[in-house]
Amino acid sequence: MKIAVCVSHVPDTAAKISIGSDGKSIDPNGVTFVLNPYDEFAIEEALKIKDAQGGEVVAISVGTDANKETLRKALAMGVDSAVLLKEDKDRDSIGIAKALAEEIKAQEAKLVFFGKQSVDFDNSITGQVTAELLDYNCVTVVVGLQIDGEKVTAEREIEGGREIVETSLPLVITAQKGLNEPRYASLKGIMQAKKKTIEEKTPAPYENMIELVAMKRPPAKQPGKILGEDSSAVPELVKLLREEAKVI
Amino acid sequence: MANKVLVFLEQRNGSIKKSSLEAVKVGKDFADKLSCDVEAFVIGAEISDLEKVGSYGVSKVTHLKNSELAMYSSTAYLKLAIKHVQDSGADILLFPNTSLGKDLAPRVAAKLDCGIAMDCIAFNFGDDIIATRPVYAGKALIDVKVNSTVKIFTLRPNVFNAGEPSGDSANVEINEISDPDLSTKVVEIKKSEGKLDVAEADIIVSGGRGLKGAENFNLIEELAEALGAAVGASRAVVDAGWRPHGEQVGQTGKTVTPTLYVAIGISGAIQHLAGMRSSKYIVAINKDKDAPIFSIADYGIAGDAFEVVPKLIEEIKKLKAE
Ligand SMILES: Cc1cc2nc3c(=O)[nH]c(=O)nc-3n(C[C@H](O)[C@H](O)[C@H](O)COP(=O)(O)OP(=O)(O)OC[C@H]3O[C@@H](n4cnc5c(N)ncnc54)[C@H](O)[C@@H]3O)c2cc1C
Ligand SMILES: Nc1ncnc2c1ncn2[C@@H]1O[C@H](COP(=O)(O)O)[C@@H](O)[C@H]1O
Repeated sequence: MKIAVCVSHVPDTAAKISIGSDGKSIDPNGVTFVLNPYDEFAIEEALKIKDAQGGEVVAISVGTDANKETLRKALAMGVDSAVLLKEDKDRDSIGIAKALAEEIKAQEAKLVFFGKQSVDFDNSITGQVTAELLDYNCVTVVVGLQIDGEKVTAEREIEGGREIVETSLPLVITAQKGLNEPRYASLKGIMQAKKKTIEEKTPAPYENMIELVAMKRPPAKQPGKILGEDSSAVPELVKLLREEAKVI
Repeated sequence: MANKVLVFLEQRNGSIKKSSLEAVKVGKDFADKLSCDVEAFVIGAEISDLEKVGSYGVSKVTHLKNSELAMYSSTAYLKLAIKHVQDSGADILLFPNTSLGKDLAPRVAAKLDCGIAMDCIAFNFGDDIIATRPVYAGKALIDVKVNSTVKIFTLRPNVFNAGEPSGDSANVEINEISDPDLSTKVVEIKKSEGKLDVAEADIIVSGGRGLKGAENFNLIEELAEALGAAVGASRAVVDAGWRPHGEQVGQTGKTVTPTLYVAIGISGAIQHLAGMRSSKYIVAINKDKDAPIFSIADYGIAGDAFEVVPKLIEEIKKLKAE
C-alpha cells in the first residue's frame, strides 16, 4: 500500500516570536524551523504500518526550498521518497490542501497521515479539507489506530474522553500526541537521506481566500503581585480571588 | 454584506453545549451589526430544551433528527450540514471551535469552496468583517479577512460571553432524516476518569513537577474539589506517568481559557504558557520567585506548595461553608 504523510516546516515551539517590519509576518531572524511536532507522530504511524504490512511511504510538503530540511528529516526517519510542491507565496490552508490533494491523487495513496495541527498558525484545517477534496474518510486528533484490511477503528481525543470511530479506507488521519512514540533518525538514516533526491513539482496556481491584514502582539498581561512567601499569604489570596477577581 | 448568519449547535447526550450558546450570542451580534437574519441548526437524536436557545438570540432552530445521529458521524453530519446551509441561503456560518467543530467546519469549507478562519477570539465590523485569532500558540495574534462569498468562522470556547438568558424561546423545526451516511461514525465514547475536563472547566488547578511525585497529587485533587475545578497537569508530570495525557495543558496538550487557572509547582515553560495564557485570572504557587509563571500570574505565592496548598484548601473550604 502507498502511504502519504504531509509535513509542514514551522518555527520551533521554544522560539521567541517577534513581529516583522511588514506587520504581517514574524521576523525570521534567530528563529529555528523544524518539522512540525505533530507530523512526527504522523510519520511514525506511517512507518509502523509499513514495517508491519509492507508498502511505501512518501512525504509531501508545500512551501519553499526551506521545507527541504523538513523533508530530509522525514527521509532520515525512514520514509521512502519526498516531494516538494514548490510555492514561494504564503498559501492559506485550503490552498495547501488543494496542492496536497492533487499530489496524493497522482501518488495513488489510499492512506494519508497529517498532524492534528501545524504549530505556526494553529489552524487544524488542512487534513480535513484534503480528505474532502479527495472524498476520503477522515478521523482527526487520533490517539489510537487499527487497520484490518479495508476496515479501520480509530480513537480520537475529545473533551472529557475519547471517541471510538469506525470507518474504512481510503482514509485521512490527523495525528495527536499519544498515538505512538516517534523514532529517532538513525545515523544510517541520516546518511541515506542526504543521498536521496527530493522531487520538486509546481502545484496549480491558487488565489487565497483568507487575507492576513495584520499581525500583532497579544495584549501584555500586567505582571501580577507576589503576595508572600508562605501560607501566611493565603488569606489575602482568597480575599483577592473573592473580591477583586470574583471567581470564588 | 450578508444575507443570513447560521450557527451550528453542538449537542452532547441531547443537551446543547455552552460553547454553542456562546456562538448563538455571537451570531446575534453579527446579525445586528450586518442587519441580517440569524438562525441555528443542530444534528442529533432526542434533544432537550431546544427552544431555550431562543434565550440567547435566535428565533429559529432547525433540528435535523435521526436516532442514529446521537453521536458524531463526520460523513452524515457533513452531508446534512451542507444541504442545510444551501437550503437556508446562509452566507456566514459559525461553529464552536470544539473537537467536533474543528473536525466538521473545515470540511464544510472544503465542500462549499469557501474561506474559513478558525479559533476566532474577536470580531471587528467595518467595511469588512475582521476576525482576530491567536497564532504561534498565542505568542501573536492575526487579523484576517475572509474574501469568499460564504464565510466560516469557528469560535474559541469560553471567550465570548453567552450573557444572561432573555427568557425568549425559539421556534423549533424538526426535520426527520432518513438513511444518514454512517460510513464514518462514532460507536462509543470512553469518558476519562477525571470528573471534569480541563477543556471545558471554568476553574482549573494544575500541578507540575514541583509536586515531587504522583502520590502528592491528592493535594491538587483536594484543592480542585474544594473549588469545583478540573485537574490539569504540565507535560513533565504527564511524561513521568504521574497524570493521564488528557489532563495536559499546553502546546501538545489542551488549550484552555478558564476564568481561573491555578498553577502549582509549574515553572511556566513557554509551551505550558501556550495552553493557558489567555485564562482570565492566573494564580501561581512556586517556591522559586523567579519562575517564569509569575510573569503572567495575577496573584502569586512564592512559597512551598506543601506548606501553602493545605492552608489554601482549608481557607476555601471555610469560605464555601459560610
Ligand atoms: C515540542 C514541545 C512541546 C511541549 N508541550 C508542552 C505542553 O503541552 N505542556 C507543558 O506543560 N509542557 C510542554 N513542554 C515541556 C515544557 O518545555 C516544560 O518542560 C514543562 O512544562 C515543565 O513542566 P513543569 O513546570 O511541571 O516542570 P519544571 O520545569 O521542572 O518546573 C517545576 C517547578 O516546580 C517548582 N517547585 C519545586 N518544588 C516546589 C515546591 N515544593 N513548591 C512549589 N514549587 C516547587 C520549581 O521551582 C519549578 O519552577 C513541551 C516541550 C516541547 C519541546
Ligand atoms: N505547507 C504544508 N505542506 C504539507 N503539509 C502541511 C502543510 N501545512 C500543513 N500541513 C499538514 O496539515 C496538518 C495540519 O496543519 P494546519 O491545518 O495548518 O493546522 C499539519 O500537521 C501537516 O500535516
